[in-house]
Amino acid sequence: MHRDHIDPHPGPAALGGDARRPDGARRALRIGLGGPVGSGKTATVAALCRVLRDEVSLAVVTNDIYTREDAEYLLREAVLPPERITAVETGACPHTAIRDDISANLEAVEDLEDSVGPLDLVLVESGGDNLTATFSKGLVDAQIFVIDVAGGDDIPRKGGPGVTTADLLVVNKTDLAPYVGSDLGRMAVDAKAQRADLPVVFQSLREDEGVAAVAGWVRQRLAAWAV
Amino acid sequence: MSRAALLVLADGRFPAGGHAHSGGAEAAVHAGRITGAESLESFCRGRLHTAGLVGAALAASAALGVDPVALDAAADARTPSPALRAAARRLGRQLLRAVRAAWPGDELDALGRRFPKGAHQPVVLGAAARAAGLGAEDAAHCAVYESVGGPATATVRLLSLDPFDATAVLARLAPEADRVAEAAVRAARRVVREGTGALPAASAPLLEIHAEAHAGRAGRLFAS
Repeated sequence: MHRDHIDPHPGPAALGGDARRPDGARRALRIGLGGPVGSGKTATVAALCRVLRDEVSLAVVTNDIYTREDAEYLLREAVLPPERITAVETGACPHTAIRDDISANLEAVEDLEDSVGPLDLVLVESGGDNLTATFSKGLVDAQIFVIDVAGGDDIPRKGGPGVTTADLLVVNKTDLAPYVGSDLGRMAVDAKAQRADLPVVFQSLREDEGVAAVAGWVRQRLAAWAV
Repeated sequence: MSRAALLVLADGRFPAGGHAHSGGAEAAVHAGRITGAESLESFCRGRLHTAGLVGAALAASAALGVDPVALDAAADARTPSPALRAAARRLGRQLLRAVRAAWPGDELDALGRRFPKGAHQPVVLGAAARAAGLGAEDAAHCAVYESVGGPATATVRLLSLDPFDATAVLARLAPEADRVAEAAVRAARRVVREGTGALPAASAPLLEIHAEAHAGRAGRLFAS
């Protein structure tokens, strides 16, 4: 996943996946969070910020469909100081901004590193999208795909690039499973079939464990990135 | 010139941030000025002869090697709305990133160093055309086409307009777009001899006013 290479044209702004800032310092690890509308991406980002903000220097970029909703939620919840949260506008196409044309997101990340850096970690949250939405490797180093049990327990079986290829699959809102008739065991089996050895986390942010498993996975990524 | 390089630069999928901008179409839809294909065509015709002409002349001048700092200042002077100036610089920065990856070179690096937060997009577009081995005519055509292509695509999303109708609007405007591009190149050749005062200054007051209102509106789909 690390993509160290020498930029053949050292210039004013880093391009895409360069692992180093223009001044030669290693840039922050970037982790993308994608998934369908309402699956709990923003709540997961907020929980991660609360757990990790005292351990590492972090910032968040949100990609809303209707502009600043998610950023404003994070600001209201005061999970980070406002200068560490940036919203990117996506022109009705959230998947374009994280995959096909990542320039606005790259600039948001770089501006955060310039203004509040050095940063260890930047979380890039996609606007709610469909099961095919994935992040470009030019934008993030690893991606988390968040689905929830209330969206239907057949989603892992349906697969799609998000479910199949994300570095971590999070099945959220497990506390709702009995009320919506979702079979967690079946979801686990289907996810395993789609993802082979890639990890899956079942979480409920309403229970004590909360975001701990995902935070642990992020810590592993941070440790690997620092090498 | 390389005709294929021109297609790369003019491609709507060129990853330079344009997809998040409507060229004023969202504000015009909101104001009830674009309601279908016919009014989209009128709106685009207005853009062609104002923002399109000015942008194309800036791009053609930059492609001819006119100092980008002077052109950027001239673009500022021709863009009364602070929101539009900010959008133009943001898009210029995004375009420069994509172009530096596509056609790396010293002139583009220098432009990035001089404008770390972005020069006006048409100025970068002209520099991009130069780096791609294209000429002033190519840069002008790119700018002119972008000035109407963006709003047409955005209107398809905003009004659920039939995409065939929107494309037909662009096709009908093509001969007029050619003439605007030619006028822009003539102006750019004068800029080389006489300075940026020879740039056209055709403005569209409603585009500027609507852009300011749009920037302050919550719940918009497009950044500008």
